[in-house]
Amino acid sequence: MTAAFPFSAIVGQDDMKRAMILTAIEPGLGGVLVFGDRGTGKSTAVRALAALLPPIRMVEGSPINAERPEDTPDWSTAPLGEMVERPTPVVDLPLGVTEDRVTGALDIERALTLGEKAFQPGLLARANRGYLYIDEVNLLEDHIVDLLLDVAQSGENVVEREGLSIRHAARFVLVGSGNPEEGELRPQLLDRFGLSVEVRSPQNIEERIEVIRRRDAYERDTDAFMATWQAEDALIRDRILAARSALRTVQSPDDVLRDCATLCIAIGADGLRGELTLLRAARALAAYEGDDAVTRAHLRQVAPLALSHRLRRDPLDEAGSAARIARAMTEVWG
Amino acid sequence: MTPSPAWARALRALTLLAIDPEGLRGLTLRARAGPVRQAFDAALAHLPGPARRIHPDLSDTQLFGGADIAATLSAGRLIRSAGLAETPARLVLTMAERTPPALAARLAQLLDQSQKHTLVLFDEGIDAEESAPQTLCERLALHVTLDDIRHDAAPALMPAAADLEEARARLPNIQHSPEDIAKLTALAASFGIDSLRAPWLALRAARALAALAAHAQVTQDDLREAAELVYPARATQLPQEPEPEQPDATPEPEEQRQSETPDIPDELLIAAVAALLPPALLDQLTQRGATRRAAGSGAGARRKAHQRGRPLPARPGAPDGRGRIDLIATLRAAAPWQPLRRSTRPDKPGVIIHAADIHLKRYEDRADRLVIFAVDASGSSALARLAETKGAVELLLAEAYSRRDQVALIAFRGMGADLILPPTRALVQAKRRLGGLPGGGGTPLAAALGAALTLAQQSQAHGLSPTLALLTDARANITLDGRGDRAEAAKDTTTMARLWRAQNLPAIVIDISARPGPEPAQLAAEMNARHLPLPRADARRISTAVTSALGG
Repeated sequence: MTAAFPFSAIVGQDDMKRAMILTAIEPGLGGVLVFGDRGTGKSTAVRALAALLPPIRMVEGSPINAERPEDTPDWSTAPLGEMVERPTPVVDLPLGVTEDRVTGALDIERALTLGEKAFQPGLLARANRGYLYIDEVNLLEDHIVDLLLDVAQSGENVVEREGLSIRHAARFVLVGSGNPEEGELRPQLLDRFGLSVEVRSPQNIEERIEVIRRRDAYERDTDAFMATWQAEDALIRDRILAARSALRTVQSPDDVLRDCATLCIAIGADGLRGELTLLRAARALAAYEGDDAVTRAHLRQVAPLALSHRLRRDPLDEAGSAARIARAMTEVWG
Repeated sequence: MTPSPAWARALRALTLLAIDPEGLRGLTLRARAGPVRQAFDAALAHLPGPARRIHPDLSDTQLFGGADIAATLSAGRLIRSAGLAETPARLVLTMAERTPPALAARLAQLLDQSQKHTLVLFDEGIDAEESAPQTLCERLALHVTLDDIRHDAAPALMPAAADLEEARARLPNIQHSPEDIAKLTALAASFGIDSLRAPWLALRAARALAALAAHAQVTQDDLREAAELVYPARATQLPQEPEPEQPDATPEPEEQRQSETPDIPDELLIAAVAALLPPALLDQLTQRGATRRAAGSGAGARRKAHQRGRPLPARPGAPDGRGRIDLIATLRAAAPWQPLRRSTRPDKPGVIIHAADIHLKRYEDRADRLVIFAVDASGSSALARLAETKGAVELLLAEAYSRRDQVALIAFRGMGADLILPPTRALVQAKRRLGGLPGGGGTPLAAALGAALTLAQQSQAHGLSPTLALLTDARANITLDGRGDRAEAAKDTTTMARLWRAQNLPAIVIDISARPGPEPAQLAAEMNARHLPLPRADARRISTAVTSALGG
């Protein structure tokens, strides 16, 4: 496989890039949903993110990428090795995937050949401590969605089937992408995504030309192109690492909390998940930008990402949801 | 006999694909089976690399590899079979219009990840709605239509293999100028092609053309021909004269665009592509977003399911990751053979199971259909036809009952729409509610559509397949918020109708107006629904018409 297109070389799409960086800083945000037209670089960005992420330390041979040898579940039969550094796992969840593949199931091959009852871990195990990427998330079958919701909520995968009783950690960041023309997403799943981004093709001709130009340079001489951009990528990676360690020390003053709450009330978001995500995202952004405390400016930047999918649907409001958030911010904060 | 222009264009596309399979990724062929398609199929042999024919029912094991059950069982250890994804090949997908979204997504993923695979789609769709998945067509550079070509106008005239070889060798050294990129991008934008893959693929096509013609640099002619080959099937609009007359577009970006890019879009290029646009472009526009998946689960139709539903007898088959093994049936099939098999392999402990014994569980899943009746009981229609309408609905109800469909009834009159019967199978109740339906008042059509939409979405969440039968004269005069304003009401109605269309659900508009007018047909067009004028005829005729229109 050829090297992924570098993250920093993606033209425009600042919201999408910012959202992805924020989830890399704060995995607790709950993932990103990228909705948009075809050919806008959704999958490119996700695959680029995989190459950008800092590696994780894990026990070699652990099916769930465990951090310590004692975290490895007892059903695992693979021999454990030394601690190794591996790229952050980014697991693709293809459409039409079966429940068995997602949760893991009885290892039929071993059952048939050796007569052993063994557990074959699924995609959720592989995605532990990493990313789970669902392309065309709106076309995913309902029973798979239910299953994902449950696991994403609890951080644990429980398998009770075919005489197996297995549980293992499954903490991952959900990244979904889709084309809204092909179907809506169930509100329950929508709510589980921390951030949402709407991407469109750039409308500016110059920007479009730049996209083609870079793509051309990438395909014609991949090595030279990578060499040019890898430095930029490394810069972002260092900033992400720095932000991760700074995250705990970022202050969130009371008036910022108040700002979060008033905005969420103004737009009528259900539940408190909106405020929490807004605050966490703003804190991650503050850490990324090297600030000591969250300010209203940070909130302004992340509010469309954190809240636009939590609005009540208003069929008669032609303006997009991001525009509605912007309007609410002007009304509430001036 | 000279080759027809369409055939020449098809061969040209094929030549390009032979020169640069990695860059152009593949080709969509839309044609019915016949001698011409066969000739094209034979010409595919000019493409480099091995070919594999695949079909829409391809399983994961075949695509990505998996355990070879037969070999595993006979060898007593795990033997994997390689999938199509592992060896680079040209995949020819026949009957591409029946590709389920799951397979389309996987093939798209495969194309994205492996440069070595190319894909040729054979799309045999008849009407515009039936077409190969857009996710795949989007990724393939070339699109060829082969209808209405006489067989003798389709000679096999491909360049010699040596010429193709030379062109392939020249390809990496072809130069192009930054203006070429700008031209192709601007041209794509002027045809309303949003995806940025299109200009990129067109650029690759132009370079392949230059390589074929042994140009050192991409020429104007190469650009034109590349645009002709790549853009027509993707166009969503005809280029407009860049005058700031459009009411919805703000003039600023328009002007900016012109000042930044002085001499494009190129008239010549536009004319060339426009000449090749399919004649029914505008018809396709309305349908493009709403491609119905031909292999979908129809309204209330039976479908074989792997996971749920009423159990069917287990069938022999190889576990491909979709079905689950029926253990009892497998053991039952293996049981009679045990003494015989034991005699040949006395050392093997336990039950001896062969691949042929394996049975898979099967289920029959059946989506319930919900027919939502939205009945216009306003003064305008009540006076004229309410009695007739009631008769028609009653007949439809009886029909729905015999098919075990669920029905729901929405009546709209006066200030708003009421759900007077939530989804039910109780026919008697439906009849009683309908009988007691009073008439008179305004026509809150927008509210009715809103109510139907909400109900449809709710029922979808419950696993029903909703359909709407809207009986109205479509003369809306009450707005969504209950004011009597004819212009505003019409606007609201259009908005709601478009929302319904976005849901891509079947609907029929039955015109019950006293005097014929254009409104019901317009409404039906907005909703992507069928339009059926209710003639002054017996209710039975309507009932049969509705049943056939809703796909029964």
